[in-house]
Amino acid sequence: MAKSNRVIFTKAMKKNYTILIPTMLPMHFRMFEKILRTYGYNAVLLDDRGKNIKELGLRYVHNDTCYPALLVIGQFIEALQSGNYDENKVALLLTQTGGGCRASNYLALLRKALAKAGYPQVPVISFNVVGMEKNPGFKITLPLLHRLMYAAFYGDLLMLLRNQCKPYEINSDESERLAERWTDTLTAQMAQNRILYKKVKENYTAIIKDFESIPKRTENKIKVGIVGEIFVKFSPLGNNHLEDFLFSEGAEVVMPGLVDFCLYVVYDGIVDYKLYNIRWLKSVLTSIVYKIFIKKQQDIIDLITKNSSFMPPTSFEKTRTLTKDYIGLGAKMGEGWLLCAEMLELVEQGVNNIVCTQPFGCLPNHIMGKGMMKPIRERHSNVNIVAIDYDPGATNINQENRIKLMLSNAKERQYPDTENQSQKKEETLAGV
Amino acid sequence: MYLKINGISDSAQNNIILGIDIGSTTTKLVLIENDEVIFCSYERHLLQVRQKTLDLVKKAESFLRGRNLKVAISGSAGLGLARATGIPFVQEVFATGETVKRLAPDTSVAIELGGEDAKVIFFEGSIEERMNGSCAGGTGAFIDQMASLMNITNEEMDRLSLNHKRIYPIASRCGVFAKSDIQPLLNQGASKEDIAASIYAAVVNQTIAGLAQGRRIKGKVMFLGGPLYYCLGLRQAFVEMLKLGKENAVFPEYARFAVAIGACIYTAKQQGEYTYEQLCNILEDATSETTQTSRLRPLFNNNSEYEEFKTRHSKASLETIDPNNYDGDAYLGIDCGSTTTKLVLMSADKRILFSYYDSNKGNPLEIIREQLHKLYNICGNKIKIMGSAVTGYGEELIKHAFHIDTGIVETMAHFNATRHFNPEVDFILDIGGQDIKCFKIRGDAIDSIMLNEACSSGCGSFIETFAHSMGHNVEDFAKLGLFAKSPVDLGSRCTVFMNSSVKQAQKDGATVEDISAGLSVSVVKNAIYKVIRANSASDLGENIVTQGGTFLNDSVLRSFELEIGHNVIRPQIAELMGAFGAALHARSLNLPQSSILTPDELNRFTHTSKSVNCNGCTNRCFLTINSFQNGERYVSGYKCERGAGNGDAVSSEVLPNLFHYKREKIAGLSHISGKRGRIGIPLALGMYEMAPFWTEIFSKLGFEVVLSGFSSRKLYSKGQYSIPSDTACYPAKIMHGHIEELIEREVDVIFYPCLTYNFDEKTGSNHYNCPVVAYYSELLAGNMDSLKKTKFLYPYLFINKPKELAKGLYKCFFDDYGIKLTEIRRAVDAGYVAYDKWMQDIRAKGLDAIEYARKNSRRVMILASRPYHIDPEIGHGIDKLASALGFVVVSEDSVASLTTPAQVDVINQWTYHARLYNAAKYATEHADTELVQLVSFGCGIDAITTDEVRSILERGGKLYTQIKIDEITNLGAVNIRLRSLLGALEQKSRKSRKGDLLLKG
Repeated sequence: MAKSNRVIFTKAMKKNYTILIPTMLPMHFRMFEKILRTYGYNAVLLDDRGKNIKELGLRYVHNDTCYPALLVIGQFIEALQSGNYDENKVALLLTQTGGGCRASNYLALLRKALAKAGYPQVPVISFNVVGMEKNPGFKITLPLLHRLMYAAFYGDLLMLLRNQCKPYEINSDESERLAERWTDTLTAQMAQNRILYKKVKENYTAIIKDFESIPKRTENKIKVGIVGEIFVKFSPLGNNHLEDFLFSEGAEVVMPGLVDFCLYVVYDGIVDYKLYNIRWLKSVLTSIVYKIFIKKQQDIIDLITKNSSFMPPTSFEKTRTLTKDYIGLGAKMGEGWLLCAEMLELVEQGVNNIVCTQPFGCLPNHIMGKGMMKPIRERHSNVNIVAIDYDPGATNINQENRIKLMLSNAKERQYPDTENQSQKKEETLAGV
Repeated sequence: MYLKINGISDSAQNNIILGIDIGSTTTKLVLIENDEVIFCSYERHLLQVRQKTLDLVKKAESFLRGRNLKVAISGSAGLGLARATGIPFVQEVFATGETVKRLAPDTSVAIELGGEDAKVIFFEGSIEERMNGSCAGGTGAFIDQMASLMNITNEEMDRLSLNHKRIYPIASRCGVFAKSDIQPLLNQGASKEDIAASIYAAVVNQTIAGLAQGRRIKGKVMFLGGPLYYCLGLRQAFVEMLKLGKENAVFPEYARFAVAIGACIYTAKQQGEYTYEQLCNILEDATSETTQTSRLRPLFNNNSEYEEFKTRHSKASLETIDPNNYDGDAYLGIDCGSTTTKLVLMSADKRILFSYYDSNKGNPLEIIREQLHKLYNICGNKIKIMGSAVTGYGEELIKHAFHIDTGIVETMAHFNATRHFNPEVDFILDIGGQDIKCFKIRGDAIDSIMLNEACSSGCGSFIETFAHSMGHNVEDFAKLGLFAKSPVDLGSRCTVFMNSSVKQAQKDGATVEDISAGLSVSVVKNAIYKVIRANSASDLGENIVTQGGTFLNDSVLRSFELEIGHNVIRPQIAELMGAFGAALHARSLNLPQSSILTPDELNRFTHTSKSVNCNGCTNRCFLTINSFQNGERYVSGYKCERGAGNGDAVSSEVLPNLFHYKREKIAGLSHISGKRGRIGIPLALGMYEMAPFWTEIFSKLGFEVVLSGFSSRKLYSKGQYSIPSDTACYPAKIMHGHIEELIEREVDVIFYPCLTYNFDEKTGSNHYNCPVVAYYSELLAGNMDSLKKTKFLYPYLFINKPKELAKGLYKCFFDDYGIKLTEIRRAVDAGYVAYDKWMQDIRAKGLDAIEYARKNSRRVMILASRPYHIDPEIGHGIDKLASALGFVVVSEDSVASLTTPAQVDVINQWTYHARLYNAAKYATEHADTELVQLVSFGCGIDAITTDEVRSILERGGKLYTQIKIDEITNLGAVNIRLRSLLGALEQKSRKSRKGDLLLKG
């Protein structure tokens, strides 16, 4: 059992230790960082552009381990080796989800890597809400969670609106800058005041209106959805800047948000009770949390519909029902059924072009990702999915080539008329 | 080639359409004027993408000058050039689709094989395109590699394949895998005709398994691309394996140009035109592409550094002696390696009289015969061979062919040689053509042995094939790297991935020099970080000796020194160490005389080989029978204990083998017919353990339980076409075959539940199954069309509470069968009783086996794995091999409960893993017990367990041995590993005996 002599993050450490956080979703995590700071933690979000991240990951983590572990740990080791932090005054923060996916072992892998790399003294803090590993110096309190929750909602909203504006904006970078400005405003707000939901909703509305007022071209871009393993789906480091690439190819990116994943994790707490009649108490507690989240998600959806022409996210309550006849809700390791649900959610929204990202050899993805493509294609003949594997050895060129193929097909499906027209033209010319 | 494509040219504009397809190895160019192809060209570009394209355009100058040109580039290596020049780019699979839709609209499926890509396009229904993943090595390049491995040209290989008699199973996942299958076949003397055809069959298999992904290839199939245009054997293999009628297999004349034609079709619709001069100019100027590939420091900054390096290494030499000046005893060592053959004749005072090193050219027997001949001439009457030993892949064959006195496992041979060289050595790294071997040495004995897993092997020969593909021989290629200004960083992952890394580097403007140096660095990094898994130089040791043919390459040696940050010793005979070690071993035997063939006998030496199927057991192994001059025979290819080096002499003592016992027990599960019909249960994944549980429950419920039986290769191929994710583990992929088997047996219903949780054995913090074991039925239901006709039940069940399990089953079975809850409860209770009894029996048998071992002074081997590894196909009979080597074999589940739960540093939340950890702990508590871990390729979770099991064992002073297995496993390599383990153990115990004597003294 994992009762080994891990380094505890003590109360004393809270005062003068720097806590490093790896980057996954740039916007969300910037807010998380600031929120932690307001709670007295000297949190620092790591730069994910380091050159040696992969290399260090390969060196200190078993190479058959999934790519995200390699990258996250590589990021930490690079930071420790950079000399920017006092190695005796620094701690590392990592989320821990539990569950049957090997990702639940990231912390153990990180500790092993630290020992190997010569930093056994560095404490690793598990960020989890199920009480897996506790540290007296790092308390996950309700107010903290409360703020993080809103950061996730804000982050998702900003990401959603930015993605819907960016391909059409007339002044380049305007939507990106707006999203950044809002990120700063929101974090400043959360640092100062008590969170009032009324204010939050006002923020939502203001954000939506701001994005709505960005001058845009009206054209019909190809929409491409991104789903997949959470890290490679969201992290530009993990997916070789997939969002940027799709954008540069003239596509509009549709990315189901972080809140969906949170809701999925929460919902997993209810599923065991529903299916097997076990863990009743847990299911009661999580149902409460679940309902709160659902309500808040619905508020955002309503505000978007009311105030703009943007496409709102799909309610999780709906998403959850989409997998019926595809995969059971008991499939809850890794991204579990959510991965399949998100593909279906995209199809439902009319986004038929999908990149399914996964780390090479990701176990849950064999089933929930690649394993679900055939049934999805069978029932939705329009759908155009490409599965892309990410690992330290895979080259950009190979991945881009496959995505380009998907885009070529997407274009042909979206503008089938062009060819017919030109053919018609040829025919007439031939007739002449 | 005459080809008319209607309606593509715009007659009003009178222009020429130019399609350029730049693949990974060749450039194709097609010109179309007035709907007709007026010029086409197909040439290898040797990675000089831009230059070759320019050359081809210039070649067509007479057609192009003075005309308006519409141009498009396509192909996997064309993207960079398209970007740099601004010429429109069209994705190659898309281009192929355009061509087929235009030229043969009734096509159902198009299969296109390129240099390194394989693509399948399905046209019927919704169009679907598939490309090979980043894991699957190339196809054309793969065939090239295999041909050069067999030392024949592609044309010869094609011709040979047409006369094949049988097909050997060859791993088709990637070139490296296949190589390690082909090499032993070559060494065992299988015919080149058969191997050639088997290689093509492997390509076909790969296409079906890797690309069809659950969709059947049927209807009218069109075959495109270079390899399918040139290789008749490959065509034949496709037609046969896809069972295509003559009218449905189309091999068009334009097969090689489909992509280029598609590019024409695409660009005909686009805007923008070029003149000939413009096109030449932009191709000329396209050199200034931005560099993205990261670069490394040069290997040598200047010539004097190199001179210093050379002088330093020349010191580590071994004394040679001219045979003319020697008479007396001599000892012969032969190292018949995977790609090279080495011989050393050593004098009584350990000086070298004669040595030989060269590629075995696919026929080691002939080379050794030749060399022995030469050797006897040199020896004359004054030098007498007193002993001979052989090591390496070809050990058994050579030993039988030439009556060599003894064989020695190669790891021990290398250790002998190195010790002679440097008694202080504490780390040996040997990189050969196919293998990387590392030994740590602690106190005069091998402390741990690491060999590369099949997936990253092929290092030395990889550089060689790469050198050839760039038009160099390996020596020149290596020299080019020495003074490269900025070697490219190609990463350290499996060498197969390097193909695409090199492609990218080339695109970014890397020179051949930079690539050569980069490959050397990459081989070294692969060895250090992937095979050895070292963190720093101090991890390796103080006195490091490098050896093996690959270290003859100064670039590799220098890269290694730079990477670990200090100097190492490379004996001047780095490539001969195995042979030298064998010679030392021969000397240590102190034989009165050697049994090696006399000169006369050698003159009469003949060898023929033929292949047959063994009828000894259900394995039906492919055997190669080698016959020699005097009617003697040597048979190789057994998958069972006969193959363990004992030849035909199977020991009369039958050692306890828990794997065998468990198999017998499962085979003995009774199946009585029942009133409710026949329920089929696939004997796969978790079922190897849960079969008794479900069998009891369903028998009690009045079903006849039909198990799909043990797996076989044939069973696997039955379900192969419906596998959507080729990188899943073999135990999962084989599941598809089991389902097909059950459908064939016409069961009424098939049952394989989804089990997030396994049985709680209370030894870990949770009791999960891995995601694949837990939810594979979901994938089966979604991907196996044949399941749509048979009822398939895969409820989510919880097996740790009888009441809940009964409820779950009730929900699932009531509607169709009207079974009452009370009845199910009774059946479930009986199931638990049966399961407990079963497991108790296995534990008791484990104890019996251990007791037997102790009584008879046998070593115990815990073959630690998961329940499904007892399957003869998945486990490849490794248990029998271990048994033949004298081990009493027990399984992890039979010993896990004999000790208190192990403390581990990871989250211990999978039932099967907890057993592994406990079994490892048990091994450390008993001197006579060793643990060998079987790991399936693609098992992500084992990335965690292997490190943990290793550290438990090493903390307890035990050797850790891991064997990675996949659909095809080279049992020869497994044998070497187990024998090395045995050798190391014997050495250890000799040492401790010596220590005891000293103490007593």
